[in-house]
Amino acid sequence: MLSRTAENLFWMARYMERAEATARLLTMGQRMAILPGAHHRDEWRSVVRATGAGHQFPEDTIVTESDAVSFMMLDADNPSSIRSCLLKARANAKSARTMLTQDMWEALNEGWRKLDSYDVGEARQQLPTLIDWVKTRVMTFRGAAHSGQLRNEGHDFLRAGSALERAQMTLRLLDVKYYVLLPETEVIGGNRDHYQWTSVLHALSGSRAYHHVYGGTYTPWQITDFLMLNRLFPRSVAYCYDQLAYRLNRLAGWHDARAACHETVHDMVAALEKLDSGEIFRFGLHETVQHGLSSTNRLGAEIAEAYHFG
Amino acid sequence: MPFHEMFEPDGSVRSCYDEVQQWVERTGIAGLNRRMDEAEAIFRRIGITFAVYGEGGDPERLIPFDLLPRIFTAQEWRVLDKGIRQRARALNAFLHDVYHRGEIVKAGIMPADIIYRNSAYLAEMADFTPPGKVYSHIVGIDIVRTGPGSFEVLEDNCRTPSGVSYMLENREIMTRMFPELFNQGIVAPVDDYPAELLKSLKEVAPPACKGDPVVVVLTPGSLNSAYYEHSFLADLMGVELVEPADLFVDGDRVYMKTTLGPKAVDVIYRRIDDEYLDPLVFRADSLLGVPGIFNVYRNGGVTLASAPGAGIADDKAVYIYVPEMIRFYLGEKPILDNIQTWQCGKPDEMAYVLENLHELVAKEVHGSGGYGMLIGPKSTKDEIAAYAARIRANPGEFIAQPTLDLSTVPTLGPAAVVGRHADFRPYCLVGKQIRLVPGGLTRVALTEGSLVVNSSQGGGVKDTWVLQD
Repeated sequence: MLSRTAENLFWMARYMERAEATARLLTMGQRMAILPGAHHRDEWRSVVRATGAGHQFPEDTIVTESDAVSFMMLDADNPSSIRSCLLKARANAKSARTMLTQDMWEALNEGWRKLDSYDVGEARQQLPTLIDWVKTRVMTFRGAAHSGQLRNEGHDFLRAGSALERAQMTLRLLDVKYYVLLPETEVIGGNRDHYQWTSVLHALSGSRAYHHVYGGTYTPWQITDFLMLNRLFPRSVAYCYDQLAYRLNRLAGWHDARAACHETVHDMVAALEKLDSGEIFRFGLHETVQHGLSSTNRLGAEIAEAYHFG
Repeated sequence: MPFHEMFEPDGSVRSCYDEVQQWVERTGIAGLNRRMDEAEAIFRRIGITFAVYGEGGDPERLIPFDLLPRIFTAQEWRVLDKGIRQRARALNAFLHDVYHRGEIVKAGIMPADIIYRNSAYLAEMADFTPPGKVYSHIVGIDIVRTGPGSFEVLEDNCRTPSGVSYMLENREIMTRMFPELFNQGIVAPVDDYPAELLKSLKEVAPPACKGDPVVVVLTPGSLNSAYYEHSFLADLMGVELVEPADLFVDGDRVYMKTTLGPKAVDVIYRRIDDEYLDPLVFRADSLLGVPGIFNVYRNGGVTLASAPGAGIADDKAVYIYVPEMIRFYLGEKPILDNIQTWQCGKPDEMAYVLENLHELVAKEVHGSGGYGMLIGPKSTKDEIAAYAARIRANPGEFIAQPTLDLSTVPTLGPAAVVGRHADFRPYCLVGKQIRLVPGGLTRVALTEGSLVVNSSQGGGVKDTWVLQD
């Protein structure tokens, strides 16, 4: 396969996951912002911080829902906005068109300029509908790939890209939780805390799954355990790392060659296996998350190097 | 009145259109218009678009599609088929001749200037013979009709004729929306085209090729106006779609960069212009292209389809001589006529053109896509005077043709079936054999009376049927 095609598939999947992740972050922001007193707590700042763009907003003003929706959904200059992600995913797809099934292409092509026509007022008004639309696009795309794409190396690049981005999304969502923790005024395990933790689960469509695993009780360490370490939940960091290891192993098999990325992913899986949620909190959730984000970034760069991305 | 493809002068339906007529009556004009919207939605969803730059608005446009097919009878097609193949053979023989002995010039049939001073002539191709002696592997010939039995060639496209994806997609849409029309098996299928193209390309593999030839389609990239077609053809042939940056030269071969390392390429169906092929030979200022590829080509390491320099055969000044070429190289009588053409480069012909510009169509020799044309009868006095001044300044750059009484094809209007002018482009494949699928692209001017069918200027497309006996 052309290196350029592999790169396009990898990034196309990343952008689609990122669009969905950003949509989920917006959902979570809205849920948190309807809590009493949210306005004073600047909840939306934690959400934009989780996208890695906190510095774009001045410290001395409150980040409003308008700011967040405009920046995260519509902003053409923000490379991580949903609009940018969908456009870039489609551009990648166009470049790798011959590796896509017709259904995959149609999923990316339908309504590809839809967000161009929205202003922030309309977008806020229709936020749930738009978020559903984004999620449906991503799920249709994913389903089309799942049910139609040849299981060749192209599929492995696609799935590796998506697993990498998804691990980052879950890590970032956990980080939102870190940012909204207000230790001075809130007790861990208090009502608001409880509500915020469940928001994280909800944003990841993981509430039901969580109940099946842990029963009806919410505790920060169990939720963290679930999102970081549960190997059965497809959005957990552990699950995504396993996927990455599996996909990279298959690529090593196709090419009969191993590179730095194969060692790195192996180490990432092994390190996570040794952890339990108690240790995560002892080490610090934020620190654990930051460490995870930097290893996934490094892994991404190593994959690009191993397969001669441009 | 121009010849109408569907109706006789007395208003009765030509028999080849019987099925269509019944279908129109059954469905009703309103019903057909509703189906047009559905067809458009399908085109948009599949992503069959072409790009138009610099005009604002949606950069990826749909070409308007018309539901009513253009129909050739089996008998009409037999003539076209023979005439097209004949022309493709003559054009390839001409290309070989101009890059070798130049016998057509020596025989006094064509003036040397037209060839050797032409910007499409590439001195770098002299004395080189491409595999199989094939220069133009896909010959697109634009044909118009002026009467029941008269088909005339408007121009030849020997470089990279585009539009074949529309031939295939138009048929796809029609069979999807109106399966009942095809159930009787009266329409000859065209879906072999990609397989035939691949066969033709493999037949011209270079001497260095061992085993099954590796074929690729070379595109300038996803911003090119015909990118959809490039990816579509690569897809249907099951070959890689590469951009120049995916290719590199090492020693005597061309390779593509893959995740497994370099892989040798044998045949490149290139959809980029000569001048952007190789910055070492053609345009040093270009960032496009594959450095060294031309040298590999000349040494038999790779085949370029179509051959560099093949564009000399689609020059409008060369076009005039194609009937002569057929007689000279093939010793045959031309089956398809040219349109009468005056060359402004010849003083007496220029005089005639300037005098009669108000009733002629004048064109730039190197122009394409309907740009830079003057349609005399539809122009103002000032426009004609301005164009005449341009001709006087550079006579050799212009030709002129009569405004033909082009046939009209049935086209769906809001309230009735109307007649619109159309042309027709079949795609003739040249490898070791010559192949032609029964069909092609019919382009139609959607405005009443208009003669401009180019997609860049608002023309539309429709399915083309060749009826089986």
